[in-house]
Amino acid sequence: MELIPTPLNAESEMRAKLQDTDIIGIILWIFRAVILVLVVWGTIAALLDNPYSTRQWLDFIVFGIAQGSMYALIAIGYTLVYGVLFMINFAHGEFFMSGVMTATVFLAGPMAASGFLNRNPILSLLIITLVSMAVSVLVAVVTERIAYKPLRKAPRLVPLITAIGASFFWQYFFRGLFGSEVKPFPQLEILTGTIPFLGTDILKTHVVVIIVTIIMLVGLNFFIMRTKIGKAIRAVAEDKDVAALMGIDVDRTVTITFATGAAMAGVAGVLFALVFRQVHFFMGFIPGIKAFTAAVLGGIGSVPGAAIGGFFLGMFESVGPALFLEGLGIPAPHQLKDVIAFTMLVFVLIFRPQGILGERLSEEKA
Amino acid sequence: MKRTFIVLSALILAALVLSACGGGAAEFVCEDEIGCVDYAPGDPVRIASALVISGPNTDLGTDSQYGVEIAMEFREEILGHPIELQAEDDGCSAEGGQTAGQKIVSDPSIVAVVGTSCSGAGVPMSQVISDAGYVMVSPSNTAPSLTDPDQAFNPGYLRTAHNDKVQGRAMATFALEELGVTTAAAIHDGDPYTEGLARVFADSFEEMGGTIVDFTAVNKGDTDMRPVLTSVAAAGPPEFIYYPVFTAEGGFLTKQAKEVAGLEDATLAAADGMISDAALDAVGEAGEGMYFSGPDLSFSGAIYESFIAAYNDKYGTDPISVFHAHAFDAANMIFDCVEEVALQDEDGTLHVGRQAMRDCLYATSGFQGITGTLTCDEFGDCADPKISVSQIQGGEYVRIWP
Amino acid sequence: MAKTSMNDLRIPLRLGLIAGGISLGLSAIGMVALFGQRELVTNVLTLGEVILLAAPLLLAYMSARQAPEAKAISAILYGLITGIVAALPLVALIVAASTLDLRQFLPNVSPALIELLTFNQGVIAGSLILTGVFAATGVLAAIAYNLPDQIRSPLSSGLLWTLTIGLFSEILSNRLRAFFGSGINQILFDGKALNPFAALALFIVITVIAAFWGRRKETVQEQISSLPPARQRNLRLASIAAGVVLLLILPLILGTYLSEVINNVGIFALMGLGLNIVVGFAGLLDLGYVAFFAIGAYSMAVFTSNGSLGISDLTFWSALPFCVAISAFFGLMLGLPVLRMRGDYLAIVTLGFGEIIRILALSDMLKPVIGGAQGILQIPKPPFFGTSLVQPEQLYYVILAGCLLAAFVSWRLSESRLGRQWMAMREDEDVAEAMGITLVSTKLLAFSIGAAFSGLSGAIFASKLTSIFPHSFNLLISINVLSLIIVGGMGSLPGVVVGALILVGLPELLREFAEYRLLMYGALLIVMMLMKPEGFWPSAVRRRELRSDEDDFTEAGALANEAGD
Repeated sequence: MELIPTPLNAESEMRAKLQDTDIIGIILWIFRAVILVLVVWGTIAALLDNPYSTRQWLDFIVFGIAQGSMYALIAIGYTLVYGVLFMINFAHGEFFMSGVMTATVFLAGPMAASGFLNRNPILSLLIITLVSMAVSVLVAVVTERIAYKPLRKAPRLVPLITAIGASFFWQYFFRGLFGSEVKPFPQLEILTGTIPFLGTDILKTHVVVIIVTIIMLVGLNFFIMRTKIGKAIRAVAEDKDVAALMGIDVDRTVTITFATGAAMAGVAGVLFALVFRQVHFFMGFIPGIKAFTAAVLGGIGSVPGAAIGGFFLGMFESVGPALFLEGLGIPAPHQLKDVIAFTMLVFVLIFRPQGILGERLSEEKA
Repeated sequence: MKRTFIVLSALILAALVLSACGGGAAEFVCEDEIGCVDYAPGDPVRIASALVISGPNTDLGTDSQYGVEIAMEFREEILGHPIELQAEDDGCSAEGGQTAGQKIVSDPSIVAVVGTSCSGAGVPMSQVISDAGYVMVSPSNTAPSLTDPDQAFNPGYLRTAHNDKVQGRAMATFALEELGVTTAAAIHDGDPYTEGLARVFADSFEEMGGTIVDFTAVNKGDTDMRPVLTSVAAAGPPEFIYYPVFTAEGGFLTKQAKEVAGLEDATLAAADGMISDAALDAVGEAGEGMYFSGPDLSFSGAIYESFIAAYNDKYGTDPISVFHAHAFDAANMIFDCVEEVALQDEDGTLHVGRQAMRDCLYATSGFQGITGTLTCDEFGDCADPKISVSQIQGGEYVRIWP
Repeated sequence: MAKTSMNDLRIPLRLGLIAGGISLGLSAIGMVALFGQRELVTNVLTLGEVILLAAPLLLAYMSARQAPEAKAISAILYGLITGIVAALPLVALIVAASTLDLRQFLPNVSPALIELLTFNQGVIAGSLILTGVFAATGVLAAIAYNLPDQIRSPLSSGLLWTLTIGLFSEILSNRLRAFFGSGINQILFDGKALNPFAALALFIVITVIAAFWGRRKETVQEQISSLPPARQRNLRLASIAAGVVLLLILPLILGTYLSEVINNVGIFALMGLGLNIVVGFAGLLDLGYVAFFAIGAYSMAVFTSNGSLGISDLTFWSALPFCVAISAFFGLMLGLPVLRMRGDYLAIVTLGFGEIIRILALSDMLKPVIGGAQGILQIPKPPFFGTSLVQPEQLYYVILAGCLLAAFVSWRLSESRLGRQWMAMREDEDVAEAMGITLVSTKLLAFSIGAAFSGLSGAIFASKLTSIFPHSFNLLISINVLSLIIVGGMGSLPGVVVGALILVGLPELLREFAEYRLLMYGALLIVMMLMKPEGFWPSAVRRRELRSDEDDFTEAGALANEAGD
């Protein structure tokens, strides 16, 4: 069999695959079974000895959706860039950070001090969001121009390394610029308090986050599917050479893709600041990694996938520790929420290697 | 080519001979068990500092270093020798502490070390310092293990900072006796400092008759604390929540605790990791009425006033962190001991025995420092531990207990 | 004519603005002011001035290169314009800082910075001086461009070496004092920097040597290559022997502190050798490599610790094989679920695995076993015939032995059947499979051998540090190891060492700039990938790949595109 030189021999491939499946398949099944048993056992134990009221369960879900919304908005940047360039833009978390940091230091802080913010909350928020988006887009375009564009044809590891480099660079650049302290983001009076909903009270900021995210997602979908630029992005994602033949400016389209992702990250930054009310130079790194996880979970390259991945991840993190771990008698379960998130990622990828909504990519030459 | 070689060799030889002659013939015989540090007439007495002067905890270390520098300025000279500081960085990590330690012990002219800032760096560094026969006094290590002979204690290690055991117990006492609460929860962020402190608090609180409803943790870098707070609420809800974490996570916990059902009326408390202007900004209005435990910084006395004046004069600001006075005291303990144990030749040459230095420091008793009256025990705990609790009132820290 | 020259002036204007932007950025984030405290040549030059002037110098040189005619005067004009334009953003900063309270937004625009930028001469005079200095820098760069190569390159090496010696004055003077007493020291150094006269002398000496070597280099090389083969082989053997002797006596030359630095480099080089097998040979992108380092370290700690968490009385040497075996086993366990994943899916899953291990080490759940946040203390140092290896100079030999062993194994593997299977798999998994390579065992072997090296490194690390904390095992380590093999040159064994020296050794020596360490690190990674993507010491195969014609890349791109369908 190994003497057959042609790689196109389907039968030999099939047979090799089948042989593999025998050994690994069993191990993978054991792995799945162990996780499933743990999850089910933990869940049953948690529900039998339920310390939480229905309202608290609802709260967990709302927290998860709100956190997931932000992951979703950031994940879109990863997924768009991946779809077009097949590269992990490790620096995307910094695009998220840079916009809202700048807007907080130059706008939100002084606005709150002068009282302008609470007198004209909508106008202020609009200005802050626009500036945040603009700075994020600027940082993204500069990064793309310097660190990615010249490497379009290099092997895949090379742009990954520059992306890691860019991530560190921007983090510490902004740290040097604005200082290493935590910067408070002012509280808006109109967004203080809660709204009653389905027997629980939802924070107004959470409502804003969820609504804005949905609007942004729908808008983005329209942009990608209906507009001319969106079509160009999709064409470049399908095949750069053919797209270029059809008269599409590939470089410009790639830049626009980066800018679109960064704009979403800029909005996510402001939502983050509204909910958590403090910003910091390191705030982009961990959400960036989480959003990347979300993008892979949902199926990297797919925009709805990124959104669903984000919501799922937020939910695992919020509900998971209480639902799966507490029942097993594990101390400090919330410390382990990232363990749950990553285990779920592996779990999902074993069942569906292409992610929840992804195309069959991971086993191909991605 | 050959000629150059000869000339070079001749030069090197000459240099060697010169340096050998320059050393002079010392008749002094060192009788110290470990060895002696010698200072020729006019040479400075050299001490080192190993404090965190880079990275996110820079303020902590820089502040302590200023304390050492002011102590040097006040002392001017020791037995006719000027004092020189070799400032190193402990990096606030185990690796950083070890490397800084190796750098210090590679310099035989250093007589003692003020450091480290972080306990994690102190553990490996105290081993390096101990093995090399040096001695160190830390102004801000608080981990109980460092002075526990069953854990990380090494001969040659001392500290002027309080042991966490004291602070955790003080907070428990305050909560039970002053506030009259009976149920509490403790949250840490996985940092050795916060975990240790939270644990001592929880143990003491239960020992004194209170109930710990939940002992849990978040991760550094977490932002959404509501799920963990909801769990805390479901476990109790407690009347009192103690989270001795740092500014970023502490800010999130403070703001979000008020928004979680069941915790609206809980009393919040943190520790000295959150006593700073940045933390005050971070907690904002949500922090009003919150309590903080920390070393009692209400120092008084003429020395402290002149210290603060010198600090302002030299660095243009009020002290930027907590442990400057502890560092000042640590440096002075060292200077006193050098003066006490140094043997002086007629020409002014100093000989300081390393074991004698250690013995002298461990024997410190009734030392009048800014931070109180210091007396060292055999495992190097020298602090006169005074823990106070302050509260944010009207956007400022106000000391309320004891 | 006038029109075209006006048009052409856009080049120096643009380059000048870029240079000014870079200098402005470096000033605004505080680098110039902080580095200004580090003197290179006493009372003459600080590192802050060097980095302030570096951008105008380089960009003026580039703009002189693009000057239209071959005439020297137009190049100088271009350099001058670039220099002057580069000063404008800084002048704007000076003016803005003197009229507004910029510090409330940008804490690093401090009075010290403005003093440095204006040479302490007030706003107007200072701005003029600054512009003058920048203009002079631009002109100098243009003049340098016009010099013949035989003069320019010795001059620039003279300058670079003198600055480098100035930068490392403190360490050099320590070592010189240890060997030659304080005599030479006082001639060369003044405090922590070079003495001005010594700097000048050094500059001249190095320039002359460089000029001499530049002329003789080729003849020497020719002489060597014209030697008979037997003599050539002897020469090679002699240089290898010299290298071995140097490696053996290195700690004696370096002293305690530098040995400690070299040990840290060695720990990372050892990890790099392991990751090199996974990424460099087999092409499996692993972002969670720190996991195995942690597993090795924790195994060593649990086996040998004298504290309450120690479970056995094993010594360092008897525990070592277990630590390596446990790490290799975990490598296998990680390998299994990710066998079917490729590329970026693999990257994120391994990253997750690294984080899982770190969080578990930190967690309250495993605190009774591995100490949680308080780590494991009281790990003994390696014993050695009755004594224990306490000093860095002694530990050096343990680490050296580990590195040599790993390098030897890697080298033999790369030439073996398995090594060729890895490389085939790296190039194309499907083709490799069709050629009869069993992907499962090949991949699992790569994961577990790589993990074993990392575990070895971790075990030595734990014993060296004598106490371990979960914070030592963060994502940054994985990224650092990946970066060092790429900076050194993927798949290349000497490259790993070079990469470790640059990314681990250098930052250690420049510790006082730790605040900007990661910023420079990031910039270095980007510049490196743009200028020398094959690394400083590339392997022969890789060099061929990256330097071959562009068609290969397009092919790879097209393949990637197809996969997206």
